[in-house]
Amino acid sequence: MKGFNTLFYKELLRFYKVAFQTIFAPVVTALLYLLVFASTFKGRADILPGIPYVAFLIPGLMMMSMIQNAFANTSSSLIQSKITGNLIFILLSPLSAAEFFLAFVGASIVRAFCVAVGVYGAAVLFVPLPIEHPVFLVLFGLLGSAALGALGVIAGIWAERFDQLAGFQNFVVIPLSFLSGVFYSLRDLPPFWQTVSRLNPLLYMIDGFRYGFFGTSDVSPILSLALVAAFCVAVSVLAMALVGRGYRLRN
Amino acid sequence: MKAACSAPAIEVVGLHKHFARVHAVRGIDLEVRSGEFFGLLGPNGAGKSTLINILAGLTRPDEGRAAICGHDVIANYREARRALGVVPQEIVFDPFFSVREVLAIQAGYFGLGGRDNKAWREELLHTLMLADKGDANMRALSGGMKRRVLIAQALVHRPQVVILDEPTAGVDVELRASLWLFVRRLHKEGHTIVLTTHYLEEAEALCERIAIMRDGQIAALDTKEALLSRAVSKTLRVTTAEPAASVPPRLESKLRKRAGNILEFSLRAGTDSIPEVLESLRVAGHVVTDIATEQASLEEVFLALTQGRTATGSR
Ligand SMILES: Nc1ncnc2c1ncn2[C@@H]1O[C@H](COP(=O)(O)OP(=O)(O)OP(=O)(O)O)[C@@H](O)[C@H]1O
Ligand SMILES: [Mg+2]
Repeated sequence: MKGFNTLFYKELLRFYKVAFQTIFAPVVTALLYLLVFASTFKGRADILPGIPYVAFLIPGLMMMSMIQNAFANTSSSLIQSKITGNLIFILLSPLSAAEFFLAFVGASIVRAFCVAVGVYGAAVLFVPLPIEHPVFLVLFGLLGSAALGALGVIAGIWAERFDQLAGFQNFVVIPLSFLSGVFYSLRDLPPFWQTVSRLNPLLYMIDGFRYGFFGTSDVSPILSLALVAAFCVAVSVLAMALVGRGYRLRN
Repeated sequence: MKAACSAPAIEVVGLHKHFARVHAVRGIDLEVRSGEFFGLLGPNGAGKSTLINILAGLTRPDEGRAAICGHDVIANYREARRALGVVPQEIVFDPFFSVREVLAIQAGYFGLGGRDNKAWREELLHTLMLADKGDANMRALSGGMKRRVLIAQALVHRPQVVILDEPTAGVDVELRASLWLFVRRLHKEGHTIVLTTHYLEEAEALCERIAIMRDGQIAALDTKEALLSRAVSKTLRVTTAEPAASVPPRLESKLRKRAGNILEFSLRAGTDSIPEVLESLRVAGHVVTDIATEQASLEEVFLALTQGRTATGSR
């Protein structure tokens, strides 16, 4: 337990020591999106009945930031340690694969929540945003950031160079997070794209997270929760298996 | 924690490891007894680090098994890693932390962090002459200092078995001496020490038993004395009263150097005898005023055993 705590703490310190870049910067990015989209689409019809477009945007931007930062935290920590070689200090220790995995993912969840709270704290200064179902909010936040943290573990283990990781981020994580209904509702899309979007697990994270705020959503929140949980379990099992086997870690 | 193991410190059976097309370790069987000071020598690319990495769990073997203090490095990895401290060959460090943070974190991975361990970490900093750098960021250290931190990191959990993969590369003379003093102390306290080095004098001075690796195999494994006795030659230095213009024909093939009134002969162990050489010189009319002999060095034995390679690795 002590060993896990230490690794978890070290992973927290790692982003805390550069909080400007790991927390403050993503909060600012999310607020810029909010500013640009809210002013561009001022006066557009409300997507969810009775909810102004600006308010509609905020939960999606929060979740998108959580997704991207959870992924960035585990994947960048792993690839940096692999490339600089200091991962051996963890590999030489008696930590188990589960402890290794949970410490990395745990820290990425904490970073994701820091960013989300930052976005929320800044946004509510301008737009009132009551919370209808806090339990759903926390559940989707936890499962979504855990899933992307675990995906980051997989990507960080798989990638052998920074550009491979950047490729994973630019061609998988960022498109999936942008095309998950942050800026629009699923119902606004043509039927074909609705079907395609429904294959994107990140859509359910954002839709369910939004349900936590407004109490309405495109997909049933229970179904979303089940799908997000299943996705989280699937990537976690894969990530744990890779860590356990030492794939690209203990060549 | 006690320093001795109840089982052999290191036990390796039928070990093989391939990297793509390189067969880096080809069938190694090895037992290092608890409390030994063991040398692992061999030219560049012989497979020393690969063997060490397998013992440390950093590399998975393709075949065979390895155990530290009786704990299998894969099946009982927790116990095996608790019993083992490895100083890696490459200098690696975490640029996010200071020296003290790095040591505290490393101890934490092993579940250690109490006052006892803190005192031990401070002692390590002291012994490795890092006390004044304790709060410096790792990035701010010189190469030799970073290596000393690696040594401290390997010892934070007081492992029974300590493997040092070229610990003195890039370390200055003064520190090297104090490092050996420290390693000897650990050895005296009962720790098993395995040392890899390209400085053969170091191995000769410190190790009780030595394995010489070559091409992924163990080419020789014996006590230091037995290895040295395998030496093919020793040196006989003779001082004559007058500078010798020539030597008797039967000694010519053995003459290695002639400078003023000093003659240096290289004698084959077993077949050549010193009295015969002296007698030949006397018969030829040379007056011998002094003689000195020099035992073969480990380096000579090493070269003989690893011959046929261009890189003999005397860095
Ligand atoms: N990760 C790796 N990938 C591919 N080949 C490797 C890898 N590690 C080692 N090798 C190869 O395995 C062989 C043994 O290397 P190893 O590092 O064990 O040698 P060594 O005895 O430690 O040499 P040195 O004295 O230079 O440290 C070499 O041919 C090396 O090129
Ligand atoms: Mg080596």
